[in-house]
Amino acid sequence: MASPQLHLVSPNKAAPRASARTRDSKPSAKVVSKKSKSLPFKHLLGIEDMEACDIRTILDRAEYYMRSGRHLKRCSEALKGINVINMFMENSTRTRVSFELAAKRLGAEVTSISVAHSSIRKGETLIDTAQTLRAMAADLLVVRHPHSGAVQLLAEKLDCHVINAGDGFHEHPTQALLDAATIRHRKGRLEGLKVAICGDVRHSRVARSNILLLQKMGAAVRIVAPPTLLPDQPSLHGVDVFTDMREGLSDCDIVMMLRLQTERMQGIFVPSIREYFHFYGLTHEKLACARSDALVMHPGPMNRGVEIDSILADDLGRNLVHDQVEKGVAVRMSCLELLSG
Amino acid sequence: MKQTLIENARLVDPVWKQESEKPSEDRGFLGALLIEDGKIKARDDDALDEVAKDALRIDAEGLVLAPGLVDMRVQLREPGEEHKETIASAIAAAAAGGVTSMVCLPSTQPVIDDVSVVEFVARRGREQKGCKIYCYAAATQGMRGEQISEMGLLQESGALGFTDGERVIQNARVMTRVLTYARGLNALVVQHAEDRALAEEGDMNQGEVADRLGLVGIPAAAEAIVVERDLRLLEGTGGRCHFAHLTTEAALNAVRRAKKKGLQVSCDTAPHYFCLNESALVGYRTFAKVTPPLRSEADRKAVVAGLLDGTIDCIASDHSPQDQDSKRLPLPLAACGMIGLETTLALCLTHLEDLSLAQIFCKLATNPARLLNIGGGTLQTGEPADLLLCDPERRWVIREEQMRSKSKNTAFHEVEVRGLVMKTWVDGRIVFDRNMESG
Repeated sequence: MASPQLHLVSPNKAAPRASARTRDSKPSAKVVSKKSKSLPFKHLLGIEDMEACDIRTILDRAEYYMRSGRHLKRCSEALKGINVINMFMENSTRTRVSFELAAKRLGAEVTSISVAHSSIRKGETLIDTAQTLRAMAADLLVVRHPHSGAVQLLAEKLDCHVINAGDGFHEHPTQALLDAATIRHRKGRLEGLKVAICGDVRHSRVARSNILLLQKMGAAVRIVAPPTLLPDQPSLHGVDVFTDMREGLSDCDIVMMLRLQTERMQGIFVPSIREYFHFYGLTHEKLACARSDALVMHPGPMNRGVEIDSILADDLGRNLVHDQVEKGVAVRMSCLELLSG
Repeated sequence: MKQTLIENARLVDPVWKQESEKPSEDRGFLGALLIEDGKIKARDDDALDEVAKDALRIDAEGLVLAPGLVDMRVQLREPGEEHKETIASAIAAAAAGGVTSMVCLPSTQPVIDDVSVVEFVARRGREQKGCKIYCYAAATQGMRGEQISEMGLLQESGALGFTDGERVIQNARVMTRVLTYARGLNALVVQHAEDRALAEEGDMNQGEVADRLGLVGIPAAAEAIVVERDLRLLEGTGGRCHFAHLTTEAALNAVRRAKKKGLQVSCDTAPHYFCLNESALVGYRTFAKVTPPLRSEADRKAVVAGLLDGTIDCIASDHSPQDQDSKRLPLPLAACGMIGLETTLALCLTHLEDLSLAQIFCKLATNPARLLNIGGGTLQTGEPADLLLCDPERRWVIREEQMRSKSKNTAFHEVEVRGLVMKTWVDGRIVFDRNMESG
């Protein structure tokens, strides 16, 4: 039909994203380490809204904290007087602890609450819960939620900073950032690397964020999965798609494995665990298809014998899983500091 | 009752032949209409001859006089969810939108699967003295999709047709029996065409946007599968089958083929399916979450094409009030639906530029009235004086806070549209007059 109609096709496009690239106009009274720059957005909701230069800023600052490592005493005062609340509406140990440590090392006050999903449904709504926490003077809310978009919804309704610690099948930006930090630390660069992301890409927020980030930083991304675990239209992500793992790994610098949620998969998306492991479980033998110096990553927790062979899981020469956890704290320190700075 | 004479109006009656006109040049026929005893008494010169001296005269210069809208798909939340909408608030919204008859779905609490509930809704409608309220009854008991409802008794008490509302009649054997039994009553069976297994866990249309937002997609095939299956069943059972709010090219193609074969099949769509596409959900806008979901741009265009070539018979508002608490949630948890009683006409006039006024009112009034056998939907003499007077060129901006519905869930907030209802009559009695509204 005629053109006047087209403006209607997406009336919401004009609506500002919660993460609009505008600085909070409120002048900040916080003391920030002079070395750090700040980010041009108020919330960290996803990699999609970020520019390569923002990513680089976060990674550079994270490198500073990696170097200072554990020697950095708790007396760092970058976030002194800042009240950080971790609101985890989905089970998590490593991400929650990682955020807690990061905030503590920067001198912030940290409170973590874990709300089992069932009790959210019964009682208070998500927004009410968050507003209650905001009323307790939270300056920064770190949120994990089982539903896509929930963290953005909170960011729209609250006036404090919000960091997405994983929302549904959507994004998990700090995981992608820590993966990038790990890769950069080991390989010295991201640009030009060939990265294979293998496993349940369809249901993985980690994969989604990693694809976006690695592409923005100039890496070539491919995904390897059984057809049922591919996104509906993988070509739109601009990645190469493989259903054969050996082909998919050939010539790769990095092999990122994803966790298979076994309880939800069997007989539905994959026939059985043993069939999955046979075709898509990473072993030294399949890894031999990649470059000889290829490194293995996993967001954890690993399912040994499902997506990764136990021997490879323990091969710390190739497998960076512990490295990732360690870098995670530094990256989250960087995010917390830059965002609230 | 005193006569009313509406003069100098641009009469639009889809029943009149006007094939020679180009759609864009259809401005109606300048004329007059005389209303007496709730009926259309006479037109044009006859009207001027027969008008009594004490008649109320309305000069409608520049305005379009057309049959009031017959909205064949409305969710009333009464009984059961009066915090979202009452029959009174729905009637106020309907009058302002030029809707003179509406048919509500059985998805109330309790479900309309019993004569007493049909009568309750009818009585509450009569008490309000506005838009005429009709209802469908559940096709299966409790809308559970298992046993057929008391269709005969329900029809006798006033139910216009049978449907399970926003639930698909999924079981093919049950659907066969519903169609077969309804054939004996010459009753319309209305199907929500969405295969349950493919749709039940979905949040929105399957595709790039769903992928990007991390939401679970519902494939377009979910609709076509049910439409194609039911058409196959209909070939065997006979009877009249109507598909509600179709949204995909594949389903419309199936209906197009079935009509050519001569099956008694009809279908409708709602304004949001030809005004919006899936990108309206970007930013997790829960007001754009509807069932079936907003589709791709290609499917949206196919809906427009279906309206143009007559495959789609009717346009209904698909009015589904949802309160803040049902919508202000993470998108996968939010309820489906948007309101539409007040905005349907304007959205049609704004976005269906390739259709003539007569064609638009045919889909909004004439065709639904015929399918439902309730009379009206035209300006022929002797028909009930269910009318609307509107300014089709007047621009206005849809604002949620100004909606008369109790719930404000419209995805068209702050969208500028064209076409404003000025007056509405039901059975010759004025039920809405914009000049009398404050402000």
